[in-house]
Amino acid sequence: MRPNLVELRGLTVAFDGTPVLHGIDLDVAPGEALGLVGESGCGKSVTWLAALGLLPGKATVTGSVKVVGREMLGRPRPVLEGIRGGRIAMIFQDPSSSLNPVLKVGRQIVEALRLHRGLVGQAAKAEAIRLLDLVGIPDASRRFDIFPHEFSGGQSQRVMIAMALAGQPDLLIADEPTTALDATIQAQILDLLAALRAETGMATVFISHDLGAVSQVCERVCVMYSGRIVEAGPIDTLFEAPRHPYTRGLFDAIPRLDGPRARLIPIPGTVPNPKDMPSGCAFSPRCARSSDACNESVPALVAQAEGRSLACRNPVPGQPVKPTRQKLLEAVL
Amino acid sequence: MTQPLIKATNLVRTYAVRRGLFGKITPVRAVDGVSLSVMPGETLGIVGESGSGKSTLGRMLLGIDPAQGGSVSFEGSAMPRLGTAEWRALRARMQLVYQDPLAALDKRLPISVQIGEPLEIHRLLPKNERRARVEELMAAVGLRRDQAERFPHELSGGQRQRAVIARALASRPDLLVCDEPVAALDVSIQAQVVNMLRDLQESQRIAMVFISHDLKVVRNVADRVAVMYLGHIVEEASSDVIFASPRHPYTKALASSVPVPGKKLEGRLILQGEPPNPADRPSGCPFHPRCPIAADICRTARPALQTVAPQRNVACHMVTPHTVAIAA
Repeated sequence: MRPNLVELRGLTVAFDGTPVLHGIDLDVAPGEALGLVGESGCGKSVTWLAALGLLPGKATVTGSVKVVGREMLGRPRPVLEGIRGGRIAMIFQDPSSSLNPVLKVGRQIVEALRLHRGLVGQAAKAEAIRLLDLVGIPDASRRFDIFPHEFSGGQSQRVMIAMALAGQPDLLIADEPTTALDATIQAQILDLLAALRAETGMATVFISHDLGAVSQVCERVCVMYSGRIVEAGPIDTLFEAPRHPYTRGLFDAIPRLDGPRARLIPIPGTVPNPKDMPSGCAFSPRCARSSDACNESVPALVAQAEGRSLACRNPVPGQPVKPTRQKLLEAVL
Repeated sequence: MTQPLIKATNLVRTYAVRRGLFGKITPVRAVDGVSLSVMPGETLGIVGESGSGKSTLGRMLLGIDPAQGGSVSFEGSAMPRLGTAEWRALRARMQLVYQDPLAALDKRLPISVQIGEPLEIHRLLPKNERRARVEELMAAVGLRRDQAERFPHELSGGQRQRAVIARALASRPDLLVCDEPVAALDVSIQAQVVNMLRDLQESQRIAMVFISHDLKVVRNVADRVAVMYLGHIVEEASSDVIFASPRHPYTKALASSVPVPGKKLEGRLILQGEPPNPADRPSGCPFHPRCPIAADICRTARPALQTVAPQRNVACHMVTPHTVAIAA
């Protein structure tokens, strides 16, 4: 087995003394597609901004972030820059604010190619056009010379992906890359991300609040709540039988496109304020299954069967043995 | 048969847009010949992508955006002109809820004052009864009594949207136009607000126009759904059937593009290209450049919205009552 691409151990983040991330342990294997889901403020973006050293100075980050065995935390900027972009690239929700409005798109991609791969002149231009073509920009050679505002939202996101690919990264971190896009364009970008991963073999971390989008591009998923991972596992296992009451609640809260117009089942209450966290499990005030013990201490993330890990004292019971499996058992007996 | 509460006939709205700093002004048809009606107590969902004209349509229904062509009537009589005394009086009976509650609320006033403002503006209740009505409204939308003196920044996003909805309900409107009311909310809170809107709608029999890009939410809230593309309604049917068995190729693609948890990418219909620029509208059917089944006629003639089955209108040359019969 190849060593992990990224290893986070006990990663914590505090803003002005208020802890927002309470110890994240997470591995990303080479070529893996990992999803991070949770609602706003759960720390899914902060985890990766902290790991890449992109948080502002007022943030206190502790723990360990290893990229291919090399510690990242506390390293000076030049060292970080060698790793970021070269090995890891990140794209964000709002592509238009990530592009420089006064520089032609082609030049911005060429800049990335020069920084990460030392390409200049015609070689860089040819490679930039190849990348634009790869991400599905029609008529790439002509559009090399136009400005970001001439692209639509979906195309700007494609340009950002092309720029992220310029450094031939081992890992692409996509932070809500389709949230600002229309439904039909969102489907195109998800399709593109899946195709690029198949073609280049790079690992992907997909950060999203949308369980549906995550299940389309990821193999493994971590569900976060209030700065902690509460449940993680292979996507099929976890989506078939969510065991953490929060994960279960998220599924129940999503309206269905098919079937009858049933009332939705919301999760009562709101996410706790990081300045005023409940004692014990952060979800217990909103949880229908919580007991006295839940308010006393935080449950640890414990490994379960089928590659799942779970941080809950009173999890939702796993689904009964599937009929087919039961029949097999009966046949054997 | 009862008459519709609000009825729009052939609405047209054109914006003048200057392309580039010194470019010439080109007209952009944001809403292009839309007709619809909403019965008392009914919820009509309007879905479409950005630039489809769904928000402009919502504003036109309330008379905020004047129509350049066509007309809107409320309970059978024509919508009064924007700003007139009649229009203002009518506005008490039709209210608007926007996507961003923080922008819709005054930062410097406690929410109870803001919720009570319509009562004051429309002189609906004597002063001494207003307080009780505000408390009743807050309870109806699920706000606690101790939150009355809070300022908008002291509330969460979901609570702010509840305050905006309470304010919209203060004048006991007959029609509520909601423009992306839950788009900015997290899933767990979104479900709370959606349920609340459905309860209010059922208990007070308010008619609602629910504008959203989120098909799943619209499916849950609306009785009937209209799908818009580039200023036109391309399909209209009950929410039970429109996404389950879409007829228009655009509705098909839209329904197929909704990511369902636990479902992989395979087998989805993925459209090529992007919606065209409304200022540079294609000839014929506006959807033909992206349509998988477009024929020659689609490039030249614009299909009219026609009834292809009971309660079901589709604007597509390839979908006629005849073809539906064959398919069935």
